[in-house]
Amino acid sequence: MKTTYREATRAAMRDAMQRDDRVFLMGEDVGEYGGCFAVSLGLLEEFGPERIRDTPLSEAGFVGAGIGAALGGMRPIVEIMTVNFSLLALDQIMNNAATISHMSGGQFNVPIVIRMTTGAGRQLAAQHSHSLEGWYAHIPGLRILTPATLADARGMLWTALEDPDPVLIFEHGSLYNMAGDLDDDAGAVDIHAAAVRRPGADVSLITYGGTLQTVLDAADQLADEGIDAEVLDLRTLRPLDDAAILATVAKTHRAVVVDEGWRSGSISAEISARITEAAFFDLDAPVGRVCSAEVPTPYARHLELAAVPSAERVVAAARQAVGAHG
Amino acid sequence: MTGTAAPAFADPKHARHLLRQMLRVRRLEEKCVQLYSEAKIRGFLHVYIGEEAVATGVMATLQPEDAVLATYREHGHALLRGVAAGAILAEMYGHQEGCCRGRGGSMHLFDAATRFYGGNAIVAGGLPLAVGLALADKLAGRRRVTACFFGEGAVAEGEFHESLNLAALWQLPVLFCCENNLYAMGTALRRSESQTDIALKAAAYEIPAWAVDGMDVLAVEEAARRATDAVRAGGGPHFLELRTYRFRAHSMFDPERYRDKAEVAEWLERDPIDHLRSALEAAGQLRKKDWDAIQREVDAEVQAAVDFAEAGTPEPTDELTRFVYSERSAP
Repeated sequence: MKTTYREATRAAMRDAMQRDDRVFLMGEDVGEYGGCFAVSLGLLEEFGPERIRDTPLSEAGFVGAGIGAALGGMRPIVEIMTVNFSLLALDQIMNNAATISHMSGGQFNVPIVIRMTTGAGRQLAAQHSHSLEGWYAHIPGLRILTPATLADARGMLWTALEDPDPVLIFEHGSLYNMAGDLDDDAGAVDIHAAAVRRPGADVSLITYGGTLQTVLDAADQLADEGIDAEVLDLRTLRPLDDAAILATVAKTHRAVVVDEGWRSGSISAEISARITEAAFFDLDAPVGRVCSAEVPTPYARHLELAAVPSAERVVAAARQAVGAHG
Repeated sequence: MTGTAAPAFADPKHARHLLRQMLRVRRLEEKCVQLYSEAKIRGFLHVYIGEEAVATGVMATLQPEDAVLATYREHGHALLRGVAAGAILAEMYGHQEGCCRGRGGSMHLFDAATRFYGGNAIVAGGLPLAVGLALADKLAGRRRVTACFFGEGAVAEGEFHESLNLAALWQLPVLFCCENNLYAMGTALRRSESQTDIALKAAAYEIPAWAVDGMDVLAVEEAARRATDAVRAGGGPHFLELRTYRFRAHSMFDPERYRDKAEVAEWLERDPIDHLRSALEAAGQLRKKDWDAIQREVDAEVQAAVDFAEAGTPEPTDELTRFVYSERSAP
């Protein structure tokens, strides 16, 4: 069937609400407004205000309440409008959701799912556009998901709700309008394994989320030049699928990591480090990285585009990796 | 006839029970201080000495199915909720026999069996959790109360205001218990709040709120019962400002430069344990042998707890990363 990332995400929530009475959605403008990005449009009418729960602008309050409700036996989906706003709830995510299982010696667990929009590309400037999923991937106790395809937008949520521990789902804002075909019976998918989205032999392009399409476009351009790139979609940033990362590097001997986060201290730095730690002698070239420029995301279109990874920069990095021993 | 007989307690047996509960907390805390000075306990240690009437009075009104959240000054709350003194002390020893296997320590006591949800060392960090636990009860149609203890320092945090608003807006069964001991570590309430009447702040959120003498366990219990009954009956959140004082320093690292000795001495005169004991004795409802027996039993409980903690064992370090993620699937 024809669908969009937005509709697939909505279908996933509807499915979860139908499957399990303990599931409810809570967040700013998820109900009467229909969701800031219209993801939850129509769900209020279908499930009512108890289960599609509009909240005040109280990120720490309602994220913490979601954690408490999870402790109390519910399966809350908490929506935060953008990753930048999640910083107002960072205390609850870091100090409660991620720690209570361990601090309590395993007596309690926090089966909450927190969804939020991440990323640049819509000229929303420096307080609505950042990619901080790499920060969250730093935190033990959390699971970090980055659905980049229609199937993952449709399928990751249910699996996340079945997870006994806190799961954060980062939806790149530029993906909501992405259209395509999805199987009519599409359903739950795994949330632990990376996926090869394009097999190739010459260089591994490792990415996730909003930059997957950028990287696939780059791979097409590289193919025109005779460079056969493999594209690995990480899907989950914590825990990282080390085996899949090492397998692609073992196959191509060259890697470029593409990450919309800032380069310093980024998830791409972590991946690069793991490759050099575990596969140094497989490498025929230094691990390359394409990340966002180290500026708060600018408003002006040309500056914003210059700040984030582009297919051109990915192509250049791949050429360099291949050319190093080419 | 000269003078008048002291008023008798309507239920002297219950009053003696409360006295004993407060003494259990006092003696356990005194032991903690001693063990800290002996380096058996490390980290931060915050004791509840002087404030016992607050948790004792409130906890007496809760049912087993209710939930409790507290702060980093929560040994007494855990004990009164029903966590064994031995498991509490073993936790502070860092032993695997502790209530959290030594992973939480003094500030993070948890106990699933008694629905004791910590032990939160982020000021006001537990309030949103209380709102959520109560929301779960409301959504599931359960008539349970979530009691949330926090200090007056929490009142300055955004999470306090967000939580009160949510609880009132959604009419959730939360009992907010503000333990106003006048100092947020070393910062006096009058130096940190433009409005020092805390009950008034709760009232601004349309939450029934009243201030209570937190040094009088019976007054605390009476107010808490009224509030708990109303919350359980579906009356939405209620708020108690319990006016109390900590007799000891904030933690073991506190030189107490911020309050003068005369003030401390004045509050020591209002010791909640001495107060109740004297009143019971004056009414002829606590004989010397009753008091001796209470002390003897409490001392024995604390000594048994020390023995239990001393006999505890460290968890093998190869289990270090357990419990970061659940070892069971979701219930």
